[in-house]
Amino acid sequence: MNGAPRAVAGAEPVPAGRDAILEVRDLWSGYGDTMVVRGLDLRVPAGQTVVIIGPNGHGKTTLLRTISGLVKRRRGEVWLAGERVDGRSAEYLATLGMVHIPQGDLLFPDMTVEENLLMGAFLPRSWRKRHAALEHVYGLIPGLRERAGQRARTLSGGERRLVGLGRGLMREASILLIDEPSLGLAPVAIERVYAAIRDIHAQGTTILLVEENFTHIGDVADIVHVVEMGSIVRTGPLEELSRDQTVVQTYLGTL
Amino acid sequence: MNDRELRPVLEGRALCKNYGGLRAVVDVSFEVRAGEILGIVGPNGAGKTTLFDVITGLTPATSGDVLLGGVSIADASVHRRCALGLARTFQQPTIADSLTVLENLYLAASFRRNRREGGRAGDIAEAVRHLDFVGLTDRADTPAGPLGVFDKKRLMLATALATNPRVLLLDEPFGGLNPQEIDHVMRLIRTLRDGGLAVVVIEHVMRALTSLADRVLVMHHGAELFVGTPSEMLADPQVIEVYLGQRHGADLTQREPRA
Repeated sequence: MNGAPRAVAGAEPVPAGRDAILEVRDLWSGYGDTMVVRGLDLRVPAGQTVVIIGPNGHGKTTLLRTISGLVKRRRGEVWLAGERVDGRSAEYLATLGMVHIPQGDLLFPDMTVEENLLMGAFLPRSWRKRHAALEHVYGLIPGLRERAGQRARTLSGGERRLVGLGRGLMREASILLIDEPSLGLAPVAIERVYAAIRDIHAQGTTILLVEENFTHIGDVADIVHVVEMGSIVRTGPLEELSRDQTVVQTYLGTL
Repeated sequence: MNDRELRPVLEGRALCKNYGGLRAVVDVSFEVRAGEILGIVGPNGAGKTTLFDVITGLTPATSGDVLLGGVSIADASVHRRCALGLARTFQQPTIADSLTVLENLYLAASFRRNRREGGRAGDIAEAVRHLDFVGLTDRADTPAGPLGVFDKKRLMLATALATNPRVLLLDEPFGGLNPQEIDHVMRLIRTLRDGGLAVVVIEHVMRALTSLADRVLVMHHGAELFVGTPSEMLADPQVIEVYLGQRHGADLTQREPRA
């Protein structure tokens, strides 16, 4: 193991980012007295899929929640398509096409699967295209069509996650934030979900995705950032990071 | 497999659970012995957690029987089943957030099988032993609510052990954990198995499940699709079709990390 300094991306100046859909500068965020995101810089170029890897409790989910306006930032800036948006409401960010698919499913328990999906098309311009969007989502995600008329509260944990993912795909996104899409899913469902993410990526959608480890991101990641203690400690293409023994031992494990 | 006890500790016989017209569990039978780990897998919505709910009495079976140590517990309440030696964990961390880590263990111990002698000092000693085992001793006096996922999952395991079970049902113990944390929890489960506990694990993390389980039951649409060893499961065309997927199946067979 060599003793090279670990900080890479965090130390680089953030480029002016003409092509970045999303840009985060020196972002600090947290709960009460605890700062969870600590001086994080990030660029998500248009049309790319950027993946953030890191351990539990190191700020990945809080980062997404802060970007989408669900958690108020303490310091720093968030830019979406050239517009400064930190401090703006989640509702406003939604009208700009920011779609956040959270880790918990947050479904409406007494609505059916289809009604929950339709809630994802709540903006007027999405509502007009809702029938086509439904067909698209039913085609992408396994098992939803069969459960269309079933109330969300009667679904299994994994099925609820699939509905939550489908709901996020019901409208066009300028950027899609996805929090641990593989969590709690059967292997074949993970395969389908990642195939869906690849399709969405191929259509040109910009994606910022958070995962616990490298296992599933092989085909989708254009660039990978490793987050520890609330800031980015490593950055690179997956092939490069997967040659780094420290990173591999931490995020691939030995089974 | 350890055959110190030939008779199954836990047995399900032709279990069925209907919710209105929905058949969540369809004629499922299984058995697990002391010192054995039975894995349960299947697509999302296959009825795995509902099967746990039926076994533990959270919801009554529509038909069929559950036997613990050869005796039917189908009519027993949830806490009675716990006192007879059946403990479970949940997908989501299910602990008392407002209590400290140690208080969570005292609460669990009040449902314990075989009331223990030794009074207060004995309670503390036993609770500390379980915290030591899962590696949470230094968190004993911390409120449980703000703990991270890994700590909460270990606490939930410790509270299950505090009931002194004969059978441990684990619902996705590895979900949301990183590889090192998964390794840690796997070591804990192996130790418990070697100590003679019968363990049933629902899990989607295949690398962990296939290396832990002695046998695997695959459920599909509520019913049994396959029963066999992990390596038989990985090679079964039906299981690959409905559960593993072509790619994932190939990855697991090779056991090579994909980069």
